Amino acid sequence: MRSIRAAATGAVILSLALTASACGGGSSTGGGSGGSPQELTYWASNQGASVEIDKKVLQPELDKFEKQTGIKVKLEVVPWSDLLNRILTATTSGQGPDVLNIGNTWSASLQATGALLPWDAKNFDRIGGKDRFVDSALGSTGTEGQDPAAVPLYSMAYALYYNKQMLADAGVDAPPATWDELVAAGKKVSKDGKWGIAMEGSNPSENIHHAFVLAQQHGADFFTADGKPDFTNDGAVTAVKQYVDLMAKDKIIAPGNAEYAQNQSVSDFAKGRTAMLLWQSASANLTSQGMSEDDYGIAPVPVQSGTPGAGKQVNSMVAGINLAVFKNSGNLDGATEFVKFMTSDAEQKILNTAYSSIPPVKAAQEDPAFNSPANAVLKDTLATSAVALPQVPDESQFETAVGTAIKDLFADAAGGREVTTGSVEAALTKAQQQMPEK
Amino acid sequence: MTATAPTAEAAARKSSPGAARGPRRPGRIRRVGLPYLLLLPAVLLELLVHLVPMVIGIVMSFKELTQFYIRDWGTAPWAGLDNYKVSVDFDAPVGAALLHSFFVTVAFTVLSVGLCWLLGTAAAICLQDTFRGRGLLRALFLVPYALPVYAAVITWVFMFQHDNGLVNHVLHDQLGLTDKPSFWLIGDNSFFALLTVSVWKGWPFAFLIVMAGLQNIPRELYEAAALDGAGMIQQVRRITLPSLRPVNQVLVLVLFLWTFNDFNTPFVLFGKAAPEAADLISVHIYQASFVTWNFGTGSAMSVLLLLFLLAVTGVYLVLTSRGRRTAP
Repeated sequence: MRSIRAAATGAVILSLALTASACGGGSSTGGGSGGSPQELTYWASNQGASVEIDKKVLQPELDKFEKQTGIKVKLEVVPWSDLLNRILTATTSGQGPDVLNIGNTWSASLQATGALLPWDAKNFDRIGGKDRFVDSALGSTGTEGQDPAAVPLYSMAYALYYNKQMLADAGVDAPPATWDELVAAGKKVSKDGKWGIAMEGSNPSENIHHAFVLAQQHGADFFTADGKPDFTNDGAVTAVKQYVDLMAKDKIIAPGNAEYAQNQSVSDFAKGRTAMLLWQSASANLTSQGMSEDDYGIAPVPVQSGTPGAGKQVNSMVAGINLAVFKNSGNLDGATEFVKFMTSDAEQKILNTAYSSIPPVKAAQEDPAFNSPANAVLKDTLATSAVALPQVPDESQFETAVGTAIKDLFADAAGGREVTTGSVEAALTKAQQQMPEK
Repeated sequence: MTATAPTAEAAARKSSPGAARGPRRPGRIRRVGLPYLLLLPAVLLELLVHLVPMVIGIVMSFKELTQFYIRDWGTAPWAGLDNYKVSVDFDAPVGAALLHSFFVTVAFTVLSVGLCWLLGTAAAICLQDTFRGRGLLRALFLVPYALPVYAAVITWVFMFQHDNGLVNHVLHDQLGLTDKPSFWLIGDNSFFALLTVSVWKGWPFAFLIVMAGLQNIPRELYEAAALDGAGMIQQVRRITLPSLRPVNQVLVLVLFLWTFNDFNTPFVLFGKAAPEAADLISVHIYQASFVTWNFGTGSAMSVLLLLFLLAVTGVYLVLTSRGRRTAP
């Protein structure tokens, strides 16, 4: 009797412990076309203010595609927070969509899984050729020296959004062009509960974008030429310190920004709590929060000195969304056809207007719709002074490791702890040690 | 005579227990085997749902599984014990971070389970006697348990906000307990934020279970004790707590396992990158596996965690059941 009870207890413990610690296995969601030539599954990333808005934007275009080709596209809009894990799951299970959106900074990481269709010359020819696309956008489609793993769909760049009235009240008559000017202007604004500039201190990816651009401006990078992590070089340390110092030393960022990760900085800007914001395509968001387009101006992101341009005058990463095809799609022809449709001049105009992004397709970019003063800044940035984030397989690990290190540094700054070159170096050393060894 | 012989034989067989064993055996096997037969579907499902993934997880922990092999993980090269070595090399960053996260989790679990149990038991004892409004209070106490975790924790995130959060508003603006508004979601305070949410979420379960346990204690015991002059505290010490022992034994174990592995609370509270002070092991392993894409090391850490939980649970059960065996 006792042994039965013991066995039963043992079984209960075992199952409890297992339930408790069992790692979630991969489950297959979605599912490709299953080989039917008349059907495709498309995972779109959430670009608009909500998933519903995205469906409203995309569905008419998908209907148009069906009318042209007879291929029905099943649409699923995936929120950003889920997208990478959904793609990984699809990769392991082989049960994915036919066509999907990927964040362009993930291109090399996802390329390494071997799940995405390589865009060789032949495939590019089927969608009108590689030279239809802007170079900077092509720079973030996969590891250098390999066929791209994706095709650019929407391009974005960072710009400096500034509140005209707030800067004017503080006696600043032109938007800052260098960081020194930005700090000076920020100091004039930062009083009485108002602040110079807003940041998303707890969002690792945002931190990476800014730190990367600053590092470029110091002539440095976070990876060596052969793709090894190099987080602690002088330029990188200086860049990260300069970024965190905006809060720690210059005190032009509200300490509360250290815990922002849900785009609260955009709301703060829209509500007139901060005078400046570094953001990509904020217009639609600002309008929806009640800020009139006349109230703010858009200028290039500051540089260390002079004006934005090539080399050290880089002032943005190439942000954007790429379109990829799952290699094991049962309908590669249809998928390619769909990519051709989405990157066609006409569709590029419609989609990029809807999402207030810039078309990575040269011909579409010429359209007057993308020549407003705001878009001109973004277009110029993309054409002359934006650089893609490191296209290495470890990119997603780098974003987490360094992005989190910067988050912790911001927490130090907000909590009143000193941020020194030494503490920055220590944080970056720790981040680098967490990178997988090769 | 010849006709009656078999009948007599049969009758003799029937009456003799020794002879009867033969023909009855199949029936007995059927009777003994039936429970196992009935258990079979559950055992099979258990194998499928728990054992198979666990075996796969263990196999993965011996492989060098990164993004390069995730598509067809069977082809990933064997890593031998490397993943385990990395995980337990406490001088190197990965192991050191794991150890730190382990200690944070242990401290968090002990405090959280202790507080949940204390609050739950206190509330259950207070609500034991019938009084007007008891039903309403009981229902109210269960609200945190009934709410969807995500919605509840997100609300806490809003309350913990530095600038506009309710917590700072009360502590700083209204009560003046702090010199300046504190940060709760970053830095060292994040541990207490996490603990608060965990206890808020966990104690109603303790309350529910203890309340159920209290129903089984005969009222006569209390009446007799009261007649002998025992006060409320003595009654709780001498009657309630000893009677609740078996219930508490399971309750503490379950709370321990849930809290130790709690993923939802820290993940919703802090996102993918938890502050160091609140870096619970479940999120830590998630990060190793799904954010830094090092599935091999992540699996090894999971296996280590499983072994630890099994060991603790085993020791706990041995200790608690020994106490029961020696009890009169």
